[in-house]
Amino acid sequence: MSSAPGKSCRHAFTETLVELAENDASIMAVTSDAKGSVTLGEFEKKLPHQFLELGIAEQNTVGVSAGLARCGKRPFVCGPASFYSARAIEQVKNDVAYANANVKVVGVSGGVSYGALGSTHHSLHDLAFMRAIPNLAVILPCDNAQTRSVTRFLAQHVGPAYMRIGRTPVPDVYAGDFGPFVFGKANQLRDGRDCTIVAAGETVFHAVEAARQLERSGISVRLLDMPTVKPIDVDAIVAAAEETAGIVTVEEHSIHGGLGAAVAEIVVQTRPVPMRLIAFPDEFVPAGSSAELFALYGITGPALADAVREFLRSRATFSI
Amino acid sequence: MKDLHRLSVTLRQRLLQIIYHAGGGHTGGSLSSVDILIALYFHVMRYRPEDPLWPGRDRFVLSKGHSVEGYYCVLAEAGYFPREELDTYGKFNSRLFGHPTMKTPGVEVPTGALGHGLSVGVGMAIAGKRDGAAYRVYVLMGDGEQAEGSIWEAAMAASHYRLGNLIGIIDYNNLQISGNLDTVMRVAPFAERWTSFGWKVHDVEGNNLDRLMEVFDRLPGDTERPNLVIAHTTKGKGVSFMENNPAWHHRVPTPDEYEKAQAELASALRGGK
Repeated sequence: MSSAPGKSCRHAFTETLVELAENDASIMAVTSDAKGSVTLGEFEKKLPHQFLELGIAEQNTVGVSAGLARCGKRPFVCGPASFYSARAIEQVKNDVAYANANVKVVGVSGGVSYGALGSTHHSLHDLAFMRAIPNLAVILPCDNAQTRSVTRFLAQHVGPAYMRIGRTPVPDVYAGDFGPFVFGKANQLRDGRDCTIVAAGETVFHAVEAARQLERSGISVRLLDMPTVKPIDVDAIVAAAEETAGIVTVEEHSIHGGLGAAVAEIVVQTRPVPMRLIAFPDEFVPAGSSAELFALYGITGPALADAVREFLRSRATFSI
Repeated sequence: MKDLHRLSVTLRQRLLQIIYHAGGGHTGGSLSSVDILIALYFHVMRYRPEDPLWPGRDRFVLSKGHSVEGYYCVLAEAGYFPREELDTYGKFNSRLFGHPTMKTPGVEVPTGALGHGLSVGVGMAIAGKRDGAAYRVYVLMGDGEQAEGSIWEAAMAASHYRLGNLIGIIDYNNLQISGNLDTVMRVAPFAERWTSFGWKVHDVEGNNLDRLMEVFDRLPGDTERPNLVIAHTTKGKGVSFMENNPAWHHRVPTPDEYEKAQAELASALRGGK
């Protein structure tokens, strides 16, 4: 594992999509004036016949993608996560999920990627919104290698899915190679017994740092990377509840309805154990880069390590 | 009376029957749009009910998904599912929901939330054009539905991509659930607005099967422009006391009204109207 920032996951996604689309003419990249922010320039240049620009009209863009899918195309509809998961949510629900259309909705610059641009551009609600829609897979890769694997998986998976990726370069969690993506399965990055940390997306790297620091101070942590937020890996969560003394979740999302809530839904109905949910509080965030906002809300290696220590000291006390 | 003219009466009888027995439905809009559906399904469109996903089929999207009873009657008549299944409409676990869903053979996309169908049709038309396929895409919209902004996003994209294989239709009966279009929201003039969005507009008497078939036969006149057919219809068409009355948007007839409506339609059949 390297801590040097690599490329952003959007590059890993679009490079992989070009490779896949060169070998499968049914794959299309569809966007709403977000070619630059998704990094689809190369795709358009190499495969103009498989590229579709629909202008600043996210609702239409998702609806059109559903129509393309009904005619045998495999559209990846790509644009800012904030807009596809809110403005176009009815198209995602009806035209994609209810229709069982083979559309992959790819929300780029997810979470607080856009930093100081403000909450209009943040998607701290997307997991909650998307998770509440039946027949829609929800996936958050954590680094470049996993993004490549998830993209390859999505190209052969038949059915509706939402993938959220970030904008800023992220360090590698999986050194260069992730291997085939196993849909619906957690990846155990390390084992431990004192508690389990469950993370997804760009928080995984920080959770890895936290687990390392905790290990050095004698606290043994199981760390689960949970790229498939829906359908979530029930077995891994139940095992964590049974085999470790509590669960801490960490996510780049509102405290309401995201990864922590998804894990808690399983825990309270199977093997209740104390939990701590580390997420963005129920408020619009101040101006700041995504790194500054992560720091403000305690999503850094050291802050997470402190939160786990505090959790272990007072496991019976919840503070949400 | 020609066969399709007879069919336009018998399908009205049938759709009233299923609404009446289900105790719910969109009576007025189904009656106004059923002639458009008959012209498309029994004169214009190519499809194979025994192979609903035949790649060469013409696509139809009922963007005004609430007018579903007439649509189900047409799909059954076309052979997508047995006519007896119409009796399950409104019953628990029926494949026939109050708006079209993927459970019903022949339905291309679930609709009901308004302003969605044209975008899906644009996607189908773009796929057809890029693949060099011969199929056409027909999207039937409501007039009140024209207030949905997403329709205009789709209208813009259709002319931008020169979708001559796309035919939009407005069921222009001039009534929506709360009253006249002009009272609720002035969505007209349609011809000027659609023309300014780059569409070729055709006006037609929307409850006149001969005129409808003529206009569809002429399309597309211009293969580089999407076509809009403004079908001037009468809400509740075919039952005198339902015509032009917004109360029948989704009212269910009482037993007396039902008998009267069926008698009127039966008389139209006998009289060869």
